[in-house]
Amino acid sequence: MTAVGTGSGTGTYVPKPGAAPLPRMIAAQAALETKMLLRNGEQLLLTVVIPTLLLVLFSSVDIVDTGSGEAVDFLAPGILALAVMSTAFTGQAIATGFERRYGVLKRLASSPLPRWGLMTAKTVSVLVTEVLQIALLTGIAFALGWSPHGNPLAVLLLLLLGTAAFSGLGLLMAGTLKAEATLAAANLVFLLLLVGGGVIVPLDKFPSGAQDVLGLLPVSALSDGLRDVLQHGAGTPWGDLGILAVWAVVGLAAAGRWFRWE
Amino acid sequence: MRTEPVLQVQALVKRYGGKTAVDGLDLVARAGVTAVLGPNGAGKTTTVETCEGYRKPDSGTVRVLGLDPVRQSGELRPRIGVMLQSGGVYSGARADEMLRHVARLHAHPLDVDALIERLGLDSCGRTTYRRLSGGQQQRLALAMAVVGRPELVFLDEPTAGLDPQARRATWDLIRDLRSDGVSVILTTHYMDEAEQLADDVAIIDAGRVIAQGSPEELCRGGAENTLRFTGRPGLDVGSLLKALPADCTAAELTPGSYRVVGKVDPQLLATVTSWCAQHGVMPDRISVERHTLEDVFLELTGKELRA
Repeated sequence: MTAVGTGSGTGTYVPKPGAAPLPRMIAAQAALETKMLLRNGEQLLLTVVIPTLLLVLFSSVDIVDTGSGEAVDFLAPGILALAVMSTAFTGQAIATGFERRYGVLKRLASSPLPRWGLMTAKTVSVLVTEVLQIALLTGIAFALGWSPHGNPLAVLLLLLLGTAAFSGLGLLMAGTLKAEATLAAANLVFLLLLVGGGVIVPLDKFPSGAQDVLGLLPVSALSDGLRDVLQHGAGTPWGDLGILAVWAVVGLAAAGRWFRWE
Repeated sequence: MRTEPVLQVQALVKRYGGKTAVDGLDLVARAGVTAVLGPNGAGKTTTVETCEGYRKPDSGTVRVLGLDPVRQSGELRPRIGVMLQSGGVYSGARADEMLRHVARLHAHPLDVDALIERLGLDSCGRTTYRRLSGGQQQRLALAMAVVGRPELVFLDEPTAGLDPQARRATWDLIRDLRSDGVSVILTTHYMDEAEQLADDVAIIDAGRVIAQGSPEELCRGGAENTLRFTGRPGLDVGSLLKALPADCTAAELTPGSYRVVGKVDPQLLATVTSWCAQHGVMPDRISVERHTLEDVFLELTGKELRA
C-alpha cells in the first residue's frame, strides 16, 4: 500500500493495476454478502426468527396434527427445509433484486471480480448462512427432544440440491422482475410454500388431487426427503432428490438465460 | 506519458429498440483528462458505458487501453476504475466497509485510510450507504473508482449536486490523478469543470462527436469575439470601421458605449487603441470578451431544451 498525499504529482496515484488473486476476491465478496445479510433485520426475521418460532411453537403446542410420534420429529425436517428456502430463495431473491436495482451488480461487473466469481461468492454466502441456521435450529430441536435417524450424507445431498433449486428460482426472480415485485412475490411464495409445502402441515391433510401437485414443489420434495431420512430412517430418497434436481437444472438454466444485471 | 490513445471508438452505433442512441460516433482520447460534453440524451452515457464493457456495440469498434471491452473484459477490468452516475453500493454497507471491499479486489490498492481522510469520508462514520448525503455518496463512488490504482478512470458526472468544497476536492483529486499519469474520461454538464480540468474536450450531440479539441482551441475557433470600451459619446464609428479589418463590425450601443465584433487578437486591440489615441479618446473600461466553452457549446448544440 502507498500513502495518499495531497499535493500534486506526489506519485500516490501512479497506476499499478492488478486483480487480487481469485480466491481472495471470492472470499472477500462472500464475507461482505454474509455480513450484509446478517445486518439486515428483515432478512433475519425470515431466516432465523420465523423458523425458530415455528419450530418452538408447533412442537410445544398441539395446533396441527402431525401424526404419530413426537411433533418435533415431524417438524424439525420441515423447518430445516424452510430454513434452506428462506435463505437460498426468499432472502437471496430480495437481496439480489435490490442489488440489481441500486447498481451494485453493475458496479461489481466492472470490478476485477468476474461475474461467475460474484455468483460463487453468493452461493458461499448462502451456504454459510445455512450452516448457521441449521446449527441453531438443530440445537433448538434437540432441546425439544428431537431424535433424528438416517444417513447424514443423504441429508447433506438433499440440503445441497435444495439450495441449488431454490437459488436458481430466487436468482431467476431477482434477475428478471423489478425489485419491488421481487420483494412482494418472494414473500408471498415463502408464505404459500410454508403452508402448502409440507413444512408444518402434513401433505396428507390436503385433498388427494392437490397432494400430487404439491408434492412436486421443491420445498415439499425437500421436507419430504428430509423427513423420510431423519424421521423414518429411510435410505436415500431418490424420488425427492430427482424432483429437486429437475428444479435445480431448470431454475439455474433459466436464471442463466434471462438474468439481467441492470 | 504514453502517446497511444487510451480510448479509440470508431463508427460506434448503439440502438435501443427503434431509437438510435449512438449514431456512428468516432472518438479518440489520449493520455490526460478528456471531457465528454453533450445535452441530455446526446449519447454520452451510452458511449462511456460501451467503453466500460457494459454494452455491446451494434456496430463499430471500441478499444480501451488497446483492448476490446467486451471480449477482453477480464484483462481490462483491473486496469480501469468506474464511477457510475449513482448507486453501486450495498444499501446496508458503510462507506469505509465498501471502499475496503473494492480495495481487496485489487492487487495493489491505495491506502484506504488515507483516501477516506482525503475525500472527507471519515465524516460518514458508521452510517450506512442509504443514509449518507448525496455528496458523501458521490465521494464514495469516486474513491471506489480510484482505489485500485487504475490506468484509466471513467467518471460520470462526478460533481453533480456537490457543494463547492466537495467540488474543489474532487477537482484537486482529478488534477493529482492526471499529474501521476492516470487518464480520465469525464462526462459533465459543467462547462467550467471541463475548462478547468480537461486537456481535451469532445462535444457529443445526437449520437455523434460534433467538435473536439482543447478548451482553448474550441473557444478560439468558430465564433467571433467581442471587444468593448467606453469613451465620450458620439465618436465617429465610420472612421473606426475604416481602420479595422474588413470583416469587423463596430457600433455605439448606448451613448458612450462601443462594441467591436470580429476576430479579436493583439493586432485588433492595437488598432482600436491607436485609433483612440489619434482621436484623443481615453478608452475607459476596455474589455475583451472571449467565448467561453458554454458559448461554444450552446452555439453547437442549440439553445432549445432537450429531453
